Amino acid sequence: MENIKLTAKDFASTLPVKWCPGCGDFAILNQLQKAMAGMGLPHEKYVVVSGIGCSSRFPYYVNTYGFHSIHGRACAVASGVKLSNPELAVWVVTGDGDGLSIGGNHMLHAIRRNIGLKIVLFNNRIYAMTKGQASPTTLLGAKTKSTPMGTIDFPFNPARFAVGLDCTFVARGIDTDMAGNAAILERAAKHKGTAFVEVLQKCVPFTDKEFDTLKDPEKKEDLVIRVEHGKPLVFGKNKNKGITFVNFRAEIIEFKPGSVPAEVAVYDETSAEMAYLVSGFQAPEFPIPVGVFRAGEKPSYEELYYDQVAAIGDTKDNELETLLSGPDAWEIK
Amino acid sequence: MNKSPSKKPIKINELDSITIRFAGDSGDGIQLVGHQFANATAIAGNELSTLPDYPSEVRAPAGSIGGVSGFQLSFGDESVLTPGTKPNVLIAMNPAALVVNIKNIDKGSIIIANSDAFTPAALEKAGYSSNPLEDGTLSNYRVLAIPVNTLTESTLKDSGLTKAQILKCKNFYVLGIMYWMYDLPIEPTINWIKTKFKKTPELAKANHQVLAAGYAYSEATEMFDARFQIKKSPVVPGKYRNLTGNEAAAYALITAAKLLKRKLFYGSYPITPATEILQTLAKHKANDVVIYQAEDEIAAICSSIGAAFAGCLASTGTSGPGLSLKVEATGLGVISELPLVIVNVQRGGPSTGLPTKTEQSDLLQAVYGRHGESPLVVLAATSPADCFTATLEGARIAVKYMTPVIVLTNAYLSNGSEPFRIPKLRELPKFEIPPLPEPERFKPYGRDPETLARPWAYAGLKGYEHRIGGLEKTDGSGTVSHDPENHEIMSKLRAEKVARVAAEIPPTKVYGAAEGELLVIGWGSTFGAITQAVNEARKTGLQVSSAHVRYMNPLPPDLGTVMRRFRKILVPEENFGQFRMMLRAAYALEPIGLNKMQGQALNADEVLAKIKEILRGN
Repeated sequence: MENIKLTAKDFASTLPVKWCPGCGDFAILNQLQKAMAGMGLPHEKYVVVSGIGCSSRFPYYVNTYGFHSIHGRACAVASGVKLSNPELAVWVVTGDGDGLSIGGNHMLHAIRRNIGLKIVLFNNRIYAMTKGQASPTTLLGAKTKSTPMGTIDFPFNPARFAVGLDCTFVARGIDTDMAGNAAILERAAKHKGTAFVEVLQKCVPFTDKEFDTLKDPEKKEDLVIRVEHGKPLVFGKNKNKGITFVNFRAEIIEFKPGSVPAEVAVYDETSAEMAYLVSGFQAPEFPIPVGVFRAGEKPSYEELYYDQVAAIGDTKDNELETLLSGPDAWEIK
Repeated sequence: MNKSPSKKPIKINELDSITIRFAGDSGDGIQLVGHQFANATAIAGNELSTLPDYPSEVRAPAGSIGGVSGFQLSFGDESVLTPGTKPNVLIAMNPAALVVNIKNIDKGSIIIANSDAFTPAALEKAGYSSNPLEDGTLSNYRVLAIPVNTLTESTLKDSGLTKAQILKCKNFYVLGIMYWMYDLPIEPTINWIKTKFKKTPELAKANHQVLAAGYAYSEATEMFDARFQIKKSPVVPGKYRNLTGNEAAAYALITAAKLLKRKLFYGSYPITPATEILQTLAKHKANDVVIYQAEDEIAAICSSIGAAFAGCLASTGTSGPGLSLKVEATGLGVISELPLVIVNVQRGGPSTGLPTKTEQSDLLQAVYGRHGESPLVVLAATSPADCFTATLEGARIAVKYMTPVIVLTNAYLSNGSEPFRIPKLRELPKFEIPPLPEPERFKPYGRDPETLARPWAYAGLKGYEHRIGGLEKTDGSGTVSHDPENHEIMSKLRAEKVARVAAEIPPTKVYGAAEGELLVIGWGSTFGAITQAVNEARKTGLQVSSAHVRYMNPLPPDLGTVMRRFRKILVPEENFGQFRMMLRAAYALEPIGLNKMQGQALNADEVLAKIKEILRGN
């Protein structure tokens, strides 16, 4: 591999970016361009595939190969790209509606196969491009244009959905958390197999206040918990609260800052069980967890596929005629 | 070969062709003996055409009418173009097989029945109140009642196998009888048995013994007063193998990728009757074949579109309902102008319909069934071996014009088989791809002036990074455009690109006089039936010609001229007149329809009757 030094700017396309002012997408675009630059791969080795929705405009703004496909099908298109040429770094950019409603089946099968796609799901809890209908992550009871009396659908928790499918890399970030999110995307980029990153992101016209409290400097430390492998699950402005598990149930305990009690759980990203429990935390009972929930090792689909091909060995019928003849041809003279 | 002195001189009848139908329980190994018999006839130098006909249930209740599996074939000289209308010989392995098929055979035909299977319980299941082999109801047929179970058991009494294992061999006994009866070589099946049962030599030995016993029984017994020799066809010299339409389509895709020097990608979801394409390709992973069993039909085509973007020769296969699921993504293929081969094996519809039966009812879906102005190329295959030629042509057009191509086959072609002559490399078409300019002059939607195809710059190529997608593109640069004029320009360009394929279509061949009273015009799988019917009609002095269309969209440029030279046009189809509708729309003609919607192929007799009705009704 040639040694390539690129910066985030190298990955910016020349097209004008058409998102609403203040949209969280801008920040994520920035973070992803940075993550790509850090990989040491040349532009032509990247393919960004998206479906339909605001987030799915993403490929136009990255200076790589890009495919803005159809609603819900990004994972399916991307799987074809990746299996055809495993050398390509294939990113899927999708949203809560695109990835979990119309494209739910493709999403879950991509994760099942552990195919090497890096999936970034922008979760703004709304269908924004069609201007404000409830999505599969819209909170219960929320009033939207399609649910004037409030939703009666229980929402998906995207990160937990991926953990439940035994996805080998699952993380959640917040759009405005530049450093935290960039770190997550960099790890996702290096992961072998499927990486699933949920990014909580507000939509200025429709869910403007959605995640405001998580960003409020006064409150956020008490409302958000950052999980980190090998570190105790501690949160709070004064770092005085922690998570403990009693009979597989999480409980919050308070303690004197600086003296974390032994019963506070230490996060283990290799544990599917812990990832399941922690990714399920909901407000207001618990702080919203962010960070890498799960990072595991499993052979990727493309690896297993081409291992099988290699195992067949060189039985290639180089002569087309031999191949077409098969074992039971006969000659007529 | 295998000729030993017989007890009495045997009369050998020479026939042009013969139609045989093996029928029995779906667990009786009918398809297996059918295929073996077909191979033997091919190796003996016959033309042949086969039609497997099996229930959609994996294993319907034993002995039931719904569980009857059939395998019909016709073989003989070059007049064999279809698997035949009515069998001359019916092999009925049980009463249900007899009751299902008796209505379709002429009096005087031969019925070979396994008399051991005609037990009171089995007769009752088939709806017989008494045994037709004994009560005289079959007195107008030549019935050969053979106790196949008993004979098989006595052959294998010292084999040490269980009774169930022994009875599983009984189909080979019947096969042995048939080989003797038609003077066919037994060795290919013996070799096949050896390979197939390599790991269970005791079963290999048993099946071999039973096959030989059936052959010897026919030779020794005085039951048969006639042995048949079938006239062989003067076939083109070369190497042959027997292929089903699905296998032929699969090998065409591999061949296309080899000619193009790219990987083949085949994304597919299992669906009857197209699944064998996936299964055939799965055996060839070592030959740069990437197969992907997707989670659904939509993912199957979308993964293929992704593969085309990554530079593979991309393909997918399906049947009617699956084609419907692929419609949206096909539109993406059209607007992104990526090459894609879609093999659609038509079956009886709508919905689940008749999943194992044949039809030609997806024509309009293939040509028109998309959102927006969404033209693409549609081809149709005429015979099992022609599925190779049609699919290869589809792939050639797909890459030359950067467009999705739908290749229409159907259950009749996909399951049927015939000898396929293995082509020499020099006989295969040349594959051309649109020129790719230097990176500095590259425009994603720049076009080749001749074909209007855009360049195929695939992901991974340095210097050609670009973005494509489902949104309308600016001509040339390929950037997103909502400009009204541009949309019309692009819509016209996409249509014109597909229309230009017409320039490559060879002149329409007219069988018979180039003008006259009646032209029978068909498409796809009805080729054999129509040709046979027209040949027979002409033998009786009727003035009738025929033409067959492969290019369904665009249509052959000379088709209108060809049709206008006839006073009447007959369009036989296995639908309610879809091609007829296209012809009326394109040429403002009023063809006559012959339409069949029974999940069964139109046969030569039906076409002939219609020809007579039209010409004699004048």
